[in-house]
Amino acid sequence: MRKTPLFSVSGLRKSYGAQLGCRDVSFDLHPGEIMGIVGESGSGKSTLLSCLAGHLAPDHGDVCFDVDGTGLVSTLAMPEPERRLLARTQWAYVHQNPRDGLRMSVSAGGNIGERLMNIGARHYGNIRQDACSWMDRVELSVGRIDDRPATFSGGMQQRLQIARNLVTSPRLVFMDEPTGGLDVSVQARLLDLLRSLVQDLGLSVIIVTHDLAVVRMLAHRMMVMQRGEIVETGLADQVLDDPQHPYTQLLVSSVLQV
Amino acid sequence: MTEQIITPSANDKNDTTTHNPETHNFDATDSYNFAYLDEQTKRMIRRALLKALAIPGYQVPFASREMPMPYGWGTGGVQVTAACLTPDDCVKVIDQGADDTTNAVSIRSFFARTAGVRTTEATDEASLIQTRHRIPETELTEGQLLVYQVPIPEPLRFLEPRETETRKMHALSEYGLMHVKLYEDISQHGHIATAYAYPVNVEGRYVMDPSPIPKFDNPKMSDCAAIQLFGAGREQRIYAIPPYSHVKSLDFEDYPFDRLRAPGACALCGADDSYLDEVIMDDQGTRMYVCSDTDYCSTRHERGHVGDQSDLFDSEEG
Repeated sequence: MRKTPLFSVSGLRKSYGAQLGCRDVSFDLHPGEIMGIVGESGSGKSTLLSCLAGHLAPDHGDVCFDVDGTGLVSTLAMPEPERRLLARTQWAYVHQNPRDGLRMSVSAGGNIGERLMNIGARHYGNIRQDACSWMDRVELSVGRIDDRPATFSGGMQQRLQIARNLVTSPRLVFMDEPTGGLDVSVQARLLDLLRSLVQDLGLSVIIVTHDLAVVRMLAHRMMVMQRGEIVETGLADQVLDDPQHPYTQLLVSSVLQV
Repeated sequence: MTEQIITPSANDKNDTTTHNPETHNFDATDSYNFAYLDEQTKRMIRRALLKALAIPGYQVPFASREMPMPYGWGTGGVQVTAACLTPDDCVKVIDQGADDTTNAVSIRSFFARTAGVRTTEATDEASLIQTRHRIPETELTEGQLLVYQVPIPEPLRFLEPRETETRKMHALSEYGLMHVKLYEDISQHGHIATAYAYPVNVEGRYVMDPSPIPKFDNPKMSDCAAIQLFGAGREQRIYAIPPYSHVKSLDFEDYPFDRLRAPGACALCGADDSYLDEVIMDDQGTRMYVCSDTDYCSTRHERGHVGDQSDLFDSEEG
């Protein structure tokens, strides 16, 4: 693993008027690393992720990314066209609700091909081929490539959203509750898929979830958030097996053992 | 008191201003200003037109006025025409290529009445042609203006409903989405099935909706000698293509742009190079193909060109 981080956050703060979103968030993410962010509803996880992905402008702090392997560059200071290009090529964002991340009126193949066409692909046959191989890769039947996502089940939509995001081989993926709203067996398959994709492609991932099982399965490191602040951080297994902060202890002990 | 203050300044103005537009263009015998719109409105539209010509393909917002016709009947085109007209102009109006449909006849008589300009049905005689859905077959020349009526100016609209987002996409030339539409066409129909309002790229920069002209007409927009102006009244947008601009229809490398034309020749004038309308003749499936450009067709007929059913032409005239 390289010594220099791929992604670095320092002193990030975001508030909505008097309402605090998140504050004093600092961490580094190295290439190939998976960071889990957990916390209860309203603890500022999604605000933090939106700030990291550039959807929201933080009030304070900086978000840096190693764009071309030459060192960290502030994504907040870079001009908007560059940031949007970054978001289309080297970054990916998987929404909790696949309907937010997909174009529901465009076929599955068109959804996967969109990012390719955005970066200049103009050969239908090649785009089609890439779309087919990604359908296959996320375990969707290639025969449904021309169907609209509205006719897909929730789990299939989520897998399609993942394919759509990964087709341009991004280096950093943001995921907001990717397994939310799915039943447990579908969740398990999706997690399996995510884990193998992340390993095969060497992705770095920042994953926000309230499901500790997701963190246990996927994440190398984790941060626990409460009321907009990070209360505990460490290796995922270490934090889950030996929680130090009272809130983390509560969180871990609240998981139902079946 | 007030009169004493106002009168001297008003006199000053009258002394220095030799061309007062309000008095200059008023015709005492007519209750309308020249070409219906007031001078301030025309000035505003001309500014938008100049900006549109300076940035080919860019949609310039303008304060569209209420016109004495419903939206969708060419309020944008009529305003652009009104702003461009001079008393020496000769106006032609076509609707789907025809000079004799309700929309075309009404707009032509509108300008004959409110501007007192000459009108014509001949493409080569007209100095300004307002059109809905077609570009004339006769090649346009320098000095001519072609004014398009545009229903929806935003080519990205059906893919991206947010205006803030489409503006940003234009600003940053993020046009991948346009190809998603073409991709969908090929995946569903096996070819690019978009047959009208086919998106074009102007001078390598802005992607533009050419208004609902058939894609057969798209190549005529490129390197055209005439000035092409587009007016969308309801959507309040004006855009333009300056003369001799490069206009490229979007396509894929392996599915190149293809002009679509009904097979065969015009049944009336025998033209095999013009855009054809399909006319259903009875309920037995009989059909005939005729030129959609009525001026082109009748001009050819007068010059002695004949088609399979040219006798229909004569019986119609007789």
